[in-house]
Amino acid sequence: MNAPVRLKVENLVKRYGGLIAVKNVSLELRAGEIVGLIGPNGSGKSTVMKLVMGVEPVTAGTITLDGTDITRWPSHRVARAGVGIVFQHSRPLHRQTVLENIKLALLPDSLIRLFADRDVDTRARAIADRVGLSAVINRHPSTLPFADLRRMEMAKAIARNPQVVLVDEPFAGLTLSEVATFSDLIRGFRDEGRAVLLVDHNVKSVAALVDRVFAMYLGERIAEGTAEEVMRDPTVRRVYLGGEITASHKRGEAATRKPPLLTVEDVSVLYGKAQALDKVSIHVGAGEFVSIVGLNGAGKTTLFNAMSGLVPYSGKIAFDGRDLKQLTAGGIARFGLVQCPESRELFGDMSVEENLDLGGQHLTAARRREQHDWLLELFPILRERRTQAARTLSGGEQQMLAIARALMMDPKLLILDEPTLGLAPVILEQLGRALERLREKSPITVVLGEQNVTFALPHADRVYVLEHARIVWEGDPVRFAKEMGTGYL
Amino acid sequence: MKTLLRSPALYIAIAVVIVAALLPLWVSAYLLGILTVAYYFGVFSMAWDLLFGFAGEVNFGPTFLIGLGAYTAAILDNEFGPPIVVCIMAGAAVAVLGGLALAVPALRLSGPYFGLVTLVAVLLLQNAIVIFAHWTGGEIGMTVPDVLSIDTNENYWYALAFLVVCAILLFGLSRSAVGLILQASGQDRIEAQALGFNVTKHKIAAFCISALFSGVAGAMLIFYMGTASVDTVIDISIGVQVIIAAVLGGRRTILGAALGSIFLILATEFLRPLGQLNTFVVSAVALAVILFFPDGLLGYVLRAGERE
Repeated sequence: MNAPVRLKVENLVKRYGGLIAVKNVSLELRAGEIVGLIGPNGSGKSTVMKLVMGVEPVTAGTITLDGTDITRWPSHRVARAGVGIVFQHSRPLHRQTVLENIKLALLPDSLIRLFADRDVDTRARAIADRVGLSAVINRHPSTLPFADLRRMEMAKAIARNPQVVLVDEPFAGLTLSEVATFSDLIRGFRDEGRAVLLVDHNVKSVAALVDRVFAMYLGERIAEGTAEEVMRDPTVRRVYLGGEITASHKRGEAATRKPPLLTVEDVSVLYGKAQALDKVSIHVGAGEFVSIVGLNGAGKTTLFNAMSGLVPYSGKIAFDGRDLKQLTAGGIARFGLVQCPESRELFGDMSVEENLDLGGQHLTAARRREQHDWLLELFPILRERRTQAARTLSGGEQQMLAIARALMMDPKLLILDEPTLGLAPVILEQLGRALERLREKSPITVVLGEQNVTFALPHADRVYVLEHARIVWEGDPVRFAKEMGTGYL
Repeated sequence: MKTLLRSPALYIAIAVVIVAALLPLWVSAYLLGILTVAYYFGVFSMAWDLLFGFAGEVNFGPTFLIGLGAYTAAILDNEFGPPIVVCIMAGAAVAVLGGLALAVPALRLSGPYFGLVTLVAVLLLQNAIVIFAHWTGGEIGMTVPDVLSIDTNENYWYALAFLVVCAILLFGLSRSAVGLILQASGQDRIEAQALGFNVTKHKIAAFCISALFSGVAGAMLIFYMGTASVDTVIDISIGVQVIIAAVLGGRRTILGAALGSIFLILATEFLRPLGQLNTFVVSAVALAVILFFPDGLLGYVLRAGERE
């Protein structure tokens, strides 16, 4: 590794109010290497990318590009200095053709050059050819398949001839053969001597491509090395899997034989052109605790949003004897299928009490009081924080409030989407104990979506594994530990 | 250039302009007067569409720019009486300066706040005109000693020629490399910046261009009407009319905005027999178009082409 250092990030810090999103991250990117920047949702990896690009201002630390300090430069200057980014989601110009969209990236930042140079057209065509878009060059973006849209984003990034290329979730939403093509394109960048940073949720998806991996969790570096080293790293395994996998043996059998409360049959969801769910079928019995595990991006949230009526889907979802397509999202929640979303969606300026009251709006006053008291018993910390604004709570307290607010609706089935997101281990224990008490004291049915397997298994009666938009495994937690424990990461 | 010459739309446009130019041969002076005003409003709407459709910024106060141009020209003509051309140029200059003074701080804000600032600017201007009634004529308005022409046909041709020139310039700009960058900035600010474009610079430039055309059109309008008043060039309802016309005609089309304006003013005129109901009917039609064809009439036609 004697190639020159292209991008150097030193002691980078980013604060959002009281939240520290990035803590003292230092990272080097050399010419002709591909580095994977990985971490679960909320780990700060995307923030690092935004800081490098100048999209968000840096709180502390320095970023240098080829020896020049670019720390506080605006985005467009960073871009012109030689940093390119391939966005995961972008809004292409829909009235323009693919060719024109690529040409855009080749234009100078000028107010008076009304006409593009003659060679822009030739260069745009050459780039389109390289990424495999020649056949669709005169079509409009809205008529293209998802993979071609990603190719177009790739083309726009190449057009600026950047020395450092940041790629956000390079393979999200692509099929296996498309992944191979894109991998070749990215290797092409490396062979031309560019420095490439791939930002992704997990090591697995980028392992074949990267020279080095830099893993983050809670804003900090937790491991660095080759893909194999990082995958073997105990800290990484603890973050992704939660350490030793233990499963509860004490329950399960009875619950699984109960009539199903929820059945999901052949549900598919498309985001634009990306397949987010592919014919997923699951069933959940009344009183059962089902964990759906899968890495970030596997489709868990999409599945839950389909159940809650928040995204259009094909297939059938029946709950408590009703086809959920007949109900609105609000109707589904009132009917007893309540989701506690990954993003928590608390009303930040309202107090803890007000947030809870909003959850209980459709209950009678007496019922509301009763539910309210029970929940404060379940989450004692919330009693202390009653009058505090939700936004001032710590991450763990916010998560408990979000769960409590969902429970205020008195659901028959509670969906918990990744409650461990961004939480420190000690908070996870508290949360785990609260879930345990919830199970003992109420007949509620729970569907838990998690990538942290250790958190998901102890409570579960049954486990589904979701991978690349499909259910790939189903069984009890004990078998999971045996069969899936090693191959999951 | 070649594609432009082969495009049937170009020949349709030329034919429409020729027919419009010949209208004085068989159309009543009254209707010509209506069309003259409609053409100036067409320029207002096109200038607004450059900002909304391309730069992606909703300017709720087009009449701030129009009013600055109109009143500067009117006051200058009243106080010093230079040639009309000088008054119009001064009006344009002040509109651009006013636009800059508004846009530079306002563009630091994002989302609805930019729109609110532009709205407040109109109210400020309106109040300033009432306060400085000595020069501005206050609420009653002011007459200008000079007019473009006293001949209805000539006035009509001035307005038509002005509309056509503005349409060519603004449409050309929107289709140029600069227009492409502006559109990208309006649609995805972060991505445009990541491609190396200084988005703020482009948006401020768009605001200045919009101000320039609005200012000139505002100044010419008062030299056609011979009066300047808050009700005709500054009132919020005038701004709303400009905005509705642009949305009705089709966002991001420039030409649609001009067509929308002409349609709106003519429709109000033809429905005048309905009495009080006419504004209601026109508003209802506008509402229906916005609800069911959010891309506007011309936008709808273009979108159909995109799906091919």
